[in-house]
Amino acid sequence: MSDSSVLYRKRMRTNRAALILSLLAMAIGMGFLAWILIVLVYKGFGALSLSLFTQPTPAPGSEGGLSNAILGSLMMVGASTFIATPIGILAGVYLSEFGRRGWLAPATRFINDILLSAPSIVIGVFIYAVYVAQVQHFSGWAGSMALTLIAIPVVVRTTENMLNLVPSTLREAATALGAPRWKVVLHVVLRSAQAGVLTGILLAIARISGETAPLLFTALNNQFTSFDLNGPMANLPVVIFQFAMSPYENWNSLAWGGAIIITFGVLCLNIVVRTLFRKKI
Amino acid sequence: MSSHSSVLGPGVTLGGGETGLAGAVTGAKPPDSPRDRMKAQRFQDALFHQVTRFFAFSVLAILVAILGSLLYGAWPALKEFGAGFPFSSDWNPVADKFGGLISVYGTLSTSFIALFVAIPVSFGIALFLTELCPPRLRGPLGIAVELLAAVPSIIYGMWGLFVFAPLFADYIQPLLSATLGNVPFIGGLFQGPKNGIGILSAGLILSVMVIPFIASVMRDVFEVVPGILKESAYGLGATTWEVVWNVVLPYTRVGVIGGVMLGLGRALGETMAVTFVIGNAHRISPSLYEAGNSIASTLANEFAEASSDLHVASLIALGLILFFVTFVVLALSKILLMRLGRLEGDKT
Repeated sequence: MSDSSVLYRKRMRTNRAALILSLLAMAIGMGFLAWILIVLVYKGFGALSLSLFTQPTPAPGSEGGLSNAILGSLMMVGASTFIATPIGILAGVYLSEFGRRGWLAPATRFINDILLSAPSIVIGVFIYAVYVAQVQHFSGWAGSMALTLIAIPVVVRTTENMLNLVPSTLREAATALGAPRWKVVLHVVLRSAQAGVLTGILLAIARISGETAPLLFTALNNQFTSFDLNGPMANLPVVIFQFAMSPYENWNSLAWGGAIIITFGVLCLNIVVRTLFRKKI
Repeated sequence: MSSHSSVLGPGVTLGGGETGLAGAVTGAKPPDSPRDRMKAQRFQDALFHQVTRFFAFSVLAILVAILGSLLYGAWPALKEFGAGFPFSSDWNPVADKFGGLISVYGTLSTSFIALFVAIPVSFGIALFLTELCPPRLRGPLGIAVELLAAVPSIIYGMWGLFVFAPLFADYIQPLLSATLGNVPFIGGLFQGPKNGIGILSAGLILSVMVIPFIASVMRDVFEVVPGILKESAYGLGATTWEVVWNVVLPYTRVGVIGGVMLGLGRALGETMAVTFVIGNAHRISPSLYEAGNSIASTLANEFAEASSDLHVASLIALGLILFFVTFVVLALSKILLMRLGRLEGDKT
């Protein structure tokens, strides 16, 4: 009798210890998130001002903002989104609508999932090798291409998942009315999954707007305001990297300002997307 | 490409007011007979199929192009230094002598430190989210964990260098030296300059970055365990821990390993955070406190300013090694997760 109660108590103790450790693990995870956000607010909030958005990047020691970097980031992220969206959606349509038979769909699905986690710096090296080295200069286009390659897998993946959620009765109903396949897909399936597909695009934007590594040797940087995607272009992540690593105090403070803009932008996009479409992504 | 836009053209413009399907389809010239219409439709369908197929294929082509161009770019270095390139610790841009060992060592050691710390923490988080958490908090906390993955890696780098490293140097490193540093065999790993920068700090920051990936895969695979299995175990009087350890974990083992592999794949290629804190010194030292270099940080630091063609080729060769290793790791992860998926399909 006492033997079994000893065993019982031991099991309960193990259980309690495990559950407390699990709670601790969760607390550690949340603690790090909170720590990073608090540091960002603490260090970056002072740098936030109107001139951050209106002035270009300054020389060491003088006043300035990040307007050229913000502009460059917007242009490059915009261009990549513009290119990656149709490619990603059409590839996603193939996987979900025509991917029942054959080798191509499973192979693409497999490779796409790998590209989703592939090291982004290698994508930068790739664009450098095939484009920058050939035209002999860094450019905003090269940066956009690198970002496009990172965005495509995100769009493909979400598009496929979202289209798979569309009930097949909708497709059957449209087909029974005599609609050709392409029309069923474009007007019925894609339209009913509209919001979900948009989610994928937003996630892709969130993913690429913080990417630094692939831009280091594609878009490089530019201390002046430039609208020319064909030349080197300032962008927030690379400017943050340079300014954070520099010894100048005003540059450091601008780096924290940029960091707070990017992080809260990206996190807001993520929160919106994930609360609206939880479980489906 | 031009044919593609002509397919989309009429469909898009006519999308709003579709009254007769037949008239809408063919565009400019109205067809004469139903047979013509059928023919046109069949042609358009085939075209649409091929266009989407083309873009699906382009995803495959991207991978092949990356591998091909890296191999081509790395060729001069591979020819010069031969198959020993990954195992040579030379890295001397002045003498044009290059080898990958230092960077490969940095990448592997930081990644394994990251996994060593991240696996138990991720398991704890997944356990908490699936078994302990009040249902109402499950959604928000799950999102919060995923947000850790959404924070750009450069932010981790800044936080690591300016906030984490000084605290690490002042409190944790002396503590580790005083305790683990005296243990035989592994003691040397925890001795050295206590400035908060180096392989160990980089590995620890990486661990925070991969926790969300591993934890969310673990949570997802824990959720596929059939309720009836867990209920049976609870019915026999098992505690929560016993259910997780003896029922959930064995059932999902393949998926858990897949999640760990995914985390490893992420850790191997992580660039900015590592570049900030690893110290960027080209040497291998017996201590984890010393500065080092990973493949990704070497690329980030040297690529734009590479001094010679051979230097560029050697850097691309490093990129090739990195891409190849992550490819294998991620492919393995995907295969394992797919196997769990099939298991799930069989049982339900």
